[in-house]
Amino acid sequence: MTETRYAKSHEWIRIEGDTATVGITPYAAEQLGDVVYVELPDVGRVLTKGKEAAVVESVKAASEIYAPVSGTVTARNDGLTEKPALVNEDAAEAGWFFKMTIADAAELGDLLDQTAYDKMVAEQQ
Amino acid sequence: MRYLPLTEAERAEMLAAIGVQSVDALFADVPKFAWRDEPFDLPPHQGELEVERALSRLAARNVPAGSVPSFLGAGAYRHHVPAAVDSLIQRGEFLTSYTPYQPEISQGTLQYLFEFQTQVALITGMDVANASMYDGASGTAEAVLMANRITRRKKAVLSGGLHPHYRETVQTHARFAGFEVVAAVPDAEGAEALQIDKDVSAVVVQNPDFFGRVRDYSALAEACHAAGALLVVVVTEVVSLGAITPPGEMGADIVVAEGQSIGNALNFGGPYLGLFATRDKYVRQMPGRLCGQTLDAEGRRGWVLTLSAREQHIRRDKATSNICTNSGLCALAFTIHMSLLGEVGFTRLADLNHAYAVQLAEKLGRVPGVTVLNETFFNEFTLRLPRPAAAVVDALAAQGVLAGVPVSRLYPNEPDLAELLLVAATETTTEADMEEFAAKLQEALS
Repeated sequence: MTETRYAKSHEWIRIEGDTATVGITPYAAEQLGDVVYVELPDVGRVLTKGKEAAVVESVKAASEIYAPVSGTVTARNDGLTEKPALVNEDAAEAGWFFKMTIADAAELGDLLDQTAYDKMVAEQQ
Repeated sequence: MRYLPLTEAERAEMLAAIGVQSVDALFADVPKFAWRDEPFDLPPHQGELEVERALSRLAARNVPAGSVPSFLGAGAYRHHVPAAVDSLIQRGEFLTSYTPYQPEISQGTLQYLFEFQTQVALITGMDVANASMYDGASGTAEAVLMANRITRRKKAVLSGGLHPHYRETVQTHARFAGFEVVAAVPDAEGAEALQIDKDVSAVVVQNPDFFGRVRDYSALAEACHAAGALLVVVVTEVVSLGAITPPGEMGADIVVAEGQSIGNALNFGGPYLGLFATRDKYVRQMPGRLCGQTLDAEGRRGWVLTLSAREQHIRRDKATSNICTNSGLCALAFTIHMSLLGEVGFTRLADLNHAYAVQLAEKLGRVPGVTVLNETFFNEFTLRLPRPAAAVVDALAAQGVLAGVPVSRLYPNEPDLAELLLVAATETTTEADMEEFAAKLQEALS
């Protein structure tokens, strides 16, 4: 049973038990433009909810990606180093950033579900 | 046109506009002890001709290194700069252009920067070089910051063979950027063993070292990598790279050099030119501007500034450096001089420097009481005199010989080093200069 939730800063987190996969939303990828580089956290790095976890560079901007919840990095998508364009092509699947443990499941409550996130994006446009 | 528009009436008007009572009120935050109460005791204004004469008299009190036998070095070297360099860099297109912020329109500037980077990468033996830093010392501090980012550690180990000014520059950055510096004691004997633990981000060494020794840092590079630290190799005399193994071949991760020796005069200590090179895998953490080669829409070769997202104007506080410019004109002078030399010329220049230094060491080593400390050197070495070197240097300066840099000038609080004298020879050193130096040194010591 998986469930995807969203941070207001446009990261998605797919929850699989007490671990999760994190990426950025297709909307965020579109806003950034052509992604040319992704700086991913090392495996084992301890992340804090709302603090920087990764950096995305597009042609003319660099943006921080924040951890949606607190936890420890268990895997990273090194495919993005070879092919950063995956973020633009398939932000929700192949363009995932990293996997992490979920230190405190209660933090998930602060995140948006699909409907709430879509509504927020619609309001921003 | 009026040259001095700031009348009392205008001042009053300006103060009223910003709502301040007096000019002094603008400086209210300056502590009182720093205020000067009495007016400056300056002579009345003088005409242009009088000012020119006064300044000429002052300038004549200097002893330019090019006017007398000079053996000065210690990080700044007198070399012959071909007249073509000065002539070319003074073209308006080069002389007045600033680091490009709308880069692609400045193809000529980008092309020479690309060639500059290529030359720097080739002579240091590294993969990639940036478009230059301000000077070797600030480049060294930037190298430590870069190593801190890459390793996520905050402790730099500085060799006792590193130029003291470079050490001080790193320490200044450390104080405000918040990292630890372990600075080894001055290594006049070339015998130090640096401690590299698992907290160390960068080990900073120099080649040839401050005392002139040519070092092999291959084993140190391996030790650094085994501990997860980066090896930063500093080169203060860039001509040496024409003769000795480049740091890249020894396993250096970052190479920083002072580029003054090629294309640039001594200039009273600046402006100088920082060279900065690293490995491909670290390029995203490199500070400074980076020029890249590409093809335009019609398939023609062209140049761009690349990886700009590292830089301050895009990445703000997360930028790799607060430096978003470069030493453009000095880099251009370097590039032109290096192009005129070519690979063969650069190698010959280095050989000549070394050959003259060998001659000089032989002559000075024969002066009674003088010992040459170095077993190896490029174009600079350390002498031990039978008495404090500073007074001897002063005595010879009074006789029109610039005898070198007493180590005490850079290490004033190390009495053990007071008798040491750094002496350099370059292609500008003549046999007559050497004879005169040796004779006057013998006289001064007898």
